[in-house]
Amino acid sequence: MQGQGNAVCLPADIDTDVMIAGRYLRTKDRSIWAAHVFEDLDPVIAQRLKGAVIIAGKNFGCGSSREQAPVALREAGVVAVIAPTFARIFFRNAINIGLPLIESTLTCPEGSTIRFNLTEGWVETGGNRSAIRPLSPRMQEILTAGGLVEYWRSHR
Amino acid sequence: MCTLSERILGASAGAYVDRHVDRAYAHDGTGVLTLEAWKSMGGDQLTHTTSLSMLFDHIVPANNGTTATLQHELRDFARSSFMHFTDVGEGICHQLMSEGIVLPGEIVVGADSHSVTLGAFGAFATGVGATDMAGIWLTGETWFRVPESIGIHLSGSFTGSAEAKDLALTYVGKLGTDGATYQALEFVGEGAGCLSIDERLVLSNLSVEAGAKAGLFYADDVTVRYLKERGHDVSLQVPESCTYVQELDLDLADIEPLVAVPHRVDTVKPVRDLAGLPLDQVFVGTCTNGRYSDLARFAGIVKGKKVAVRTIVIPASASILAQAIRSGILTDIIEAGCTIGTPGCGPCIGYHMGVLGEGEICLSTANRNFKNRMGVSGEIYLASVATAAASALEGEIAAPEVA
Repeated sequence: MQGQGNAVCLPADIDTDVMIAGRYLRTKDRSIWAAHVFEDLDPVIAQRLKGAVIIAGKNFGCGSSREQAPVALREAGVVAVIAPTFARIFFRNAINIGLPLIESTLTCPEGSTIRFNLTEGWVETGGNRSAIRPLSPRMQEILTAGGLVEYWRSHR
Repeated sequence: MCTLSERILGASAGAYVDRHVDRAYAHDGTGVLTLEAWKSMGGDQLTHTTSLSMLFDHIVPANNGTTATLQHELRDFARSSFMHFTDVGEGICHQLMSEGIVLPGEIVVGADSHSVTLGAFGAFATGVGATDMAGIWLTGETWFRVPESIGIHLSGSFTGSAEAKDLALTYVGKLGTDGATYQALEFVGEGAGCLSIDERLVLSNLSVEAGAKAGLFYADDVTVRYLKERGHDVSLQVPESCTYVQELDLDLADIEPLVAVPHRVDTVKPVRDLAGLPLDQVFVGTCTNGRYSDLARFAGIVKGKKVAVRTIVIPASASILAQAIRSGILTDIIEAGCTIGTPGCGPCIGYHMGVLGEGEICLSTANRNFKNRMGVSGEIYLASVATAAASALEGEIAAPEVA
């Protein structure tokens, strides 16, 4: 699995409340989550997420188990998220809905093109390749399938 | 295999395992997406319903028509599928699972991050999201990476007005919000044995605020007695001398009342450093501190006095509410000027019934103080029940009097 996008930089310890606030959770309309993603952090950031690779600090996605958080990122157009570490529920949730997460420590070059190849295990920015921590075999299978729904549809 | 997580999951730390889930539960918040994902996976009939629960607690009763419609669909499904179902007002999912359902040695998965609460019984209890829960509905199983464990060695006993919440904030402050990411906490030592089940539930509850996958106590005499009173005969879990990836020694006698200041749970300060900060609201309740012992402690401090700020008290379950009525402490709380909410999560998640207005400041016994969580531009300070009571009486943050 590979892809690319423009870097959008975020700090460490981004919690899922700030990705999508509790006041927007009472719906099944995914466009509402995409429209309000990161609203309490930066009200205009949503416009920059189409085709973006988020590069964040450690512990991305801490807090609530709300799956609307990775769904909001994906619906807003985020291609992948790169961070040194992810909170574990967010980690599972993102892979389960088919949003690639990449564990790697990168200095974020805002706006630059980021390329990644999960199969070969690297991310690249400005011609420099960095190693990534590989996903577990099961997580790779789930992500390759497109998410856990698609995984189970094809495994039963 | 030495740690309790390794023993329950049956493999050494670092291994990936597929395991049958003994108890799986979701609530009205996560259940909606769980149902949708399960149907998309091809689910049409639940098979292992005895292990599945749907417990409404997040917006109870429904706050508007949109919520009511989502709950209506989920309620109909839960009832018709014969899974264990509790409706609005029966209580918070984690609390209900702690009232004689979860047993030592079980693998417990909840579609809520605070499912770690049930580790207090010596169960491996962890939180997942909606799609993972849908997978469990479909297959009865899920995958785990067996976590390394951090040993939290407890000694001594509380002095003054310190309580389990202050100890929990202490270890979160020391570990940091990601200090235990991908790992489990084990609470061991003679200090752990002296804690009641209610106190253990508080300590396990906060473990996710340090990023932990689980926070476990070994089942001991206290556990056996608690579950015996609720109709279960269970065995002791004897700790072995394990090697932990990190160890933390905490003497309960050193614990002092703390406050976690906005917007992080690990930014803790002594209450006295914040004394005098004016409050707009005090909130006592949640899966952290809404149990009978919490309400009794709160009532004991406010009885015969008047609170100086709006104070919302929400029992964590209907049985706690009933017990508070029978014992008379609910009257003490109401006569002190507090108001009572429907058993459930209340305003903790910022959905309804007690959310904050712009610029308002709340002292809460909950577990999260993230930015805007209880309302846009509202600020949340997290503290113990005794600190909440003392602060409610003053209308500003105040240190509890030494008992």
